[in-house]
Amino acid sequence: MSGSLGGFLAGLAVALLPLLAAGFWLGRRTARPQHLGGLGTPVEHATFQTLHTASLATPPLRAGLTEETAGKSARKLRSLLGTDALCLTDLEKVLVWDGVGTHHRTEIMERLAGPLATGRGEAFRLTCDTPDCTVRWAVVAPLTVDDRVHGALVACAPRESAVLVRAAGEVARWVSVQLELADLDQSRTRLIEAEIKALRAQISPHFIFNSLAVIASFVRTDPERARELLLEFADFTRYSFRRHGDFTTLADELHAIDHYLALVRARFGDRLAVTLQVAPEVLPVALPFLCLQPLVENAVKHGLEGKSDRCRIQITAQDAGAEALVVIEDDGAGMDPELLRRILAREVSPSGGIGLSNVDDRLRQVYGDDHGLVIETAVGAGMKITVRLPKYQPGVHSAARLGRE
Amino acid sequence: MNSGYAIPAVALVVVATVLVGAFGLRISRTTSDFYVASRTVGPRLNAAAISGEYLSAASFLGIAGLVLVQGPDMLWYPVGYTAGYLVLLLFVAAPLRRSGAYTLPDFAEARLASQGVRRLAGAFVVGVGWLYLLPQLQGAGLTLTVLSGAPDWLGGVIVAVVVTAIVAAGGMRSITFVQAFQFWLKLTALLVPALFLVLAWQGDGAPGRPFEEPATFREQRSVRVDDTLTLKLEEPLTVTVDGTVDGRTRDGARVALPAGSHRIEAGTRLTFDADTRVPAAGRGADDALSPSRAESRAERPLYATYGLILATFLGTMGLPHVVVRFYTSPTGVAARRTTVAVLGLIGAFYLLPPLYGALGRLYAPELTLTGKADAAVLLLPDRVIGGVGGDLLGALVAGGAFAAFLSTASGLTMAVAGVLTQDVLPSRAVSHFRLGTLLAMAVPLAASALVGGLPVADAVGLAFAVSASSFCPLLVLGIWWRRLTPPGAAAGMLVGGGSALLAVAATMGGFPGDGALHALLAWPALWSVPLGFLTMVLVSLATPGRVPAGTAAILARFHLPEELGTEELRTEGPRTDELRAGTLSTDDLRAAKPGTDDQRTAADRREERTR
Repeated sequence: MSGSLGGFLAGLAVALLPLLAAGFWLGRRTARPQHLGGLGTPVEHATFQTLHTASLATPPLRAGLTEETAGKSARKLRSLLGTDALCLTDLEKVLVWDGVGTHHRTEIMERLAGPLATGRGEAFRLTCDTPDCTVRWAVVAPLTVDDRVHGALVACAPRESAVLVRAAGEVARWVSVQLELADLDQSRTRLIEAEIKALRAQISPHFIFNSLAVIASFVRTDPERARELLLEFADFTRYSFRRHGDFTTLADELHAIDHYLALVRARFGDRLAVTLQVAPEVLPVALPFLCLQPLVENAVKHGLEGKSDRCRIQITAQDAGAEALVVIEDDGAGMDPELLRRILAREVSPSGGIGLSNVDDRLRQVYGDDHGLVIETAVGAGMKITVRLPKYQPGVHSAARLGRE
Repeated sequence: MNSGYAIPAVALVVVATVLVGAFGLRISRTTSDFYVASRTVGPRLNAAAISGEYLSAASFLGIAGLVLVQGPDMLWYPVGYTAGYLVLLLFVAAPLRRSGAYTLPDFAEARLASQGVRRLAGAFVVGVGWLYLLPQLQGAGLTLTVLSGAPDWLGGVIVAVVVTAIVAAGGMRSITFVQAFQFWLKLTALLVPALFLVLAWQGDGAPGRPFEEPATFREQRSVRVDDTLTLKLEEPLTVTVDGTVDGRTRDGARVALPAGSHRIEAGTRLTFDADTRVPAAGRGADDALSPSRAESRAERPLYATYGLILATFLGTMGLPHVVVRFYTSPTGVAARRTTVAVLGLIGAFYLLPPLYGALGRLYAPELTLTGKADAAVLLLPDRVIGGVGGDLLGALVAGGAFAAFLSTASGLTMAVAGVLTQDVLPSRAVSHFRLGTLLAMAVPLAASALVGGLPVADAVGLAFAVSASSFCPLLVLGIWWRRLTPPGAAAGMLVGGGSALLAVAATMGGFPGDGALHALLAWPALWSVPLGFLTMVLVSLATPGRVPAGTAAILARFHLPEELGTEELRTEGPRTDELRAGTLSTDDLRAAKPGTDDQRTAADRREERTR
């Protein structure tokens, strides 16, 4: 019987583990520093309270001024000002009304036209037919970002109060700063997107000239070969010039590499030997567009550099759990690691284009800093480049189709 | 039985698995021809791999054992295990593939953009994986005990060590080939002996109707009772006893037992005459789970059957090792085709275990007494055919059984270790993956030492129940319902899956409940799945503000074929502008007539190559 009791307890423990973990997580999420007291004088305490309330109202506003974010922060802002009613508006409508006297919404919007146009604060009396309405007076403080009015903060009170005018102005300025930060966040995201777009690899013009020259040399001697090469060239340029999507699949990228290598082989003949070992499981993995082809181009360049005999290039793609491991290896001239480090850090510009550092930058942009290129090399010892591609990464979806069986 | 052939067969399967895993890729894929190397996994190969990973000890041994003991009602198990893929095909396969998610936590993040839900899904993946690994290890222990008389725990330890070593060393590189190989091995290992068994059965005069009356011994048969049990006799029984019955020790004496309950101590040997009815075994002292689950099944057959149906139909989609295999399909349509092929393959496979169960009832009915009914598949060839032929066929079955443990256990270990490495352990590194693998296997191994003696098919059924109550609502609502929110998903998984997990723990630990309560706990799916759905829907409706931004775009990507990807839809505007301006590029022509251009060049090239 003891065995079954022990089993019961063990099973219970196993079952409770996820629940406990979830409880712990929820607790951590909801825990707030409630105990600000016990530190300093009452005045300091009040300051802490105010700062804490202000900090709680910050996070939603950092996403910009919308109905949702305004709704989340309005309650905190009202407790900061200590008024009966507070409302946030954009240029057209009331985003949120927190507190009493919601029937003043339309009246407020009518009276706001002036302050929103001029960008100056204002205080005015409210006309009200409801006898027991406590909101008789309102102060308007515009919210401005870069001197442009985005909306207004309106605080309502039973009677005029100079203190409230001053406080509302300060809170509005503080909210404006948050909105400016939101603007900054947005432009930073846009900058990163633009950077990724700018980094989109382009095939080098040299490659186009060389390919066309090689094809031209075959036109008379071997027209069939020339036709085949032209088709390869068309396929490759179509792939590299396509405009939709920043991501592709490993299968499509490998096809592009194949077209590229066909053209290179036409130029160098038997000097180039490429072996390929691809786990079929990783072919659907999405990856940044044209991020392996520059590596192969690099391997071809280094492999043939300063050598008259054959150059071997090996491309492997392995399945490694939640990641795909792509390795591109050549037995060519290699490179001084110190020089390579400076190329990757963009301290010197390498002779042949911006291939490696471009790929490295894009991989880091997309997958984070621990997914950059790993390069093993030394002078005369060839070069081995390893890329780790996560099978799933939020926001990475290939726009290409794979069905080319 | 003779272990002279079986042990080498098992060893051969282990070695073959390691070799195909390590070198299958190298043999088949080292080439300079890109068109061969970059061909994606076809639906048929992928389907064989999924089936190979899916058919576990429960399918290979467990179903035959349950059919033997409890009759044709248990056919719902193979039906449920297969029909789960029908539900998967209809509701989940293609959108799941299009979501780009590799694991279930990935799906949660892709759909709900929430790290919290991702972690919770990870926790359930680990829970379901461990629950599912447990019966694999126990099945391995049982197989080895039957084959060679080794202690119970040894087989489990061997499987655990082999799988941990293979996975941690990264030896499952070409996992698709390994699993496909394992499927055909398993099918062969059941099919070939089954053909011989049926021939032998026909040569025996085709004695029929195994389920219409209580099983009877066809010849004089001596049975050793390994676990203390209670015999329930409906009519008097005369039997030769060598051991302890009802507290009295006898030494080879013939005893006439009156109708009623009799307690048989462990280690007793009973010898039955030919044409004696096989008595029904009741609840033993140490054997907490199986009889009690069987009892609640006998008391409430309708409820138990519906619980089983719901768990297996809806649980398949949440099995972590099955879900990752769909990533290998290149498109959503290919994922659907794969699922259809899986239905065919495992449908064919599941015709065999019930056959073994029926033959077992005819030829090895005493297994109901020894508590080792799961071994029926392993013992039948020896029992029915005998001689060297029987030994060889037995060895084949044993090899297939080990293939079942290895393939399912390695797939599960990889899935669990992946989640542990990615979402639980601090940083992503190779050494962490090894640590995750160790942890993924250590916990079920320890648990299998603590929780003993549950029929493998039943234990797997519990894993299905947890999966059905947590992941089925997440996947189905995530794919088909716009208003799902992260808090709703988290609450639904916690309430549905958590309650199922508690019920399972109570059942496994032998919770001393009885009657209705026990049936509820032993077959939780019938209430926990609706509970999970309901919680998810209600909490989502209560938090309408938390619907993730971009839900419409995400769902469009889930449901539209890849050719109509959202990217191309977005570029439609500028394209018409360009048309008006008269700058029509080849790219636009291609987009207007998808595929034609490709087909032309590809066809040209093929034509040139053949010349």
